[in-house]
Amino acid sequence: MSTFNEELCVPIKSDSDIVEARQKGRALAIQLGFSGSDPTVIAAAISEVARNIVNHATRGEIVLSGIHESSRLGIQVLARDEGPGIADIEQAMQYGYSSGKGMGVGLPGAKWLMDEFDIKSQVGKGTSVTMRKWVR
Amino acid sequence: MHVPILKQGDYLIATIQSVLSDADLLQLRDDLADRVGQFRSRGVIIDVTVLDVIDSFATRTLRGVAHMLKLRGAETVIAGIQPDVAFAMVQLGLTLEGVGTALDLEEGLAFLNAKTKRGGSVWRGPIPSRSAPKAPLDAQIRKANRRRK
Repeated sequence: MSTFNEELCVPIKSDSDIVEARQKGRALAIQLGFSGSDPTVIAAAISEVARNIVNHATRGEIVLSGIHESSRLGIQVLARDEGPGIADIEQAMQYGYSSGKGMGVGLPGAKWLMDEFDIKSQVGKGTSVTMRKWVR
Repeated sequence: MHVPILKQGDYLIATIQSVLSDADLLQLRDDLADRVGQFRSRGVIIDVTVLDVIDSFATRTLRGVAHMLKLRGAETVIAGIQPDVAFAMVQLGLTLEGVGTALDLEEGLAFLNAKTKRGGSVWRGPIPSRSAPKAPLDAQIRKANRRRK
């Protein structure tokens, strides 16, 4: 698998950056050939992971890129922060579990929206979420 | 981006004009709470047609607005959720339970009329007939020209 185009990096510092990240994600998705409800679904997933950064880590970034593997095209969304990290990822991925802010929908919801979802976190170091969706 | 709120009789209509940040949504909530008291409104329509995404925060906020306004004596209806947006909401497991929703502004008004007028019922207008399609535009123009002569 390789990435192409330039990577699009959106710093996430406040709630208005969430809007920017998802708009850029939608534009890239359309450019990559996603159609129907997919650009909106991708934008919604970006919105959730970006909100996670604002709520828990205060600052981080979303890196968007086009990817291709054998003959298929896709989009990769990488959300990373240097926040407090998540001690219990299994718990954080439970639908409805919230550590305070929010509804506990964000991370599990984003996983449902995308084709691939991977989360890595180290307490005290930060969290990174990698999501991919392929053009159908 | 500020959301304008129009007063229309007993109702308030807030038409979202562009994509909103979290702060804008919270501002809308506070503005509506103020206006409902100021104008003694009995119904509120929030037109979300232009929203690109309704994520968990937006859902929670809209639900909160509707429940809060209900406590202030006003019914709320969310109008114009786009099909793709609805699809993504369903996939995220988000619902607007206990909140009125409508296809568009017109249906939103019908919903409020039914909800706020005692004993009222929803009047959706005559069922459009499919058997008598409108004449094509050029035929209409020819007919109008003939009349003019």
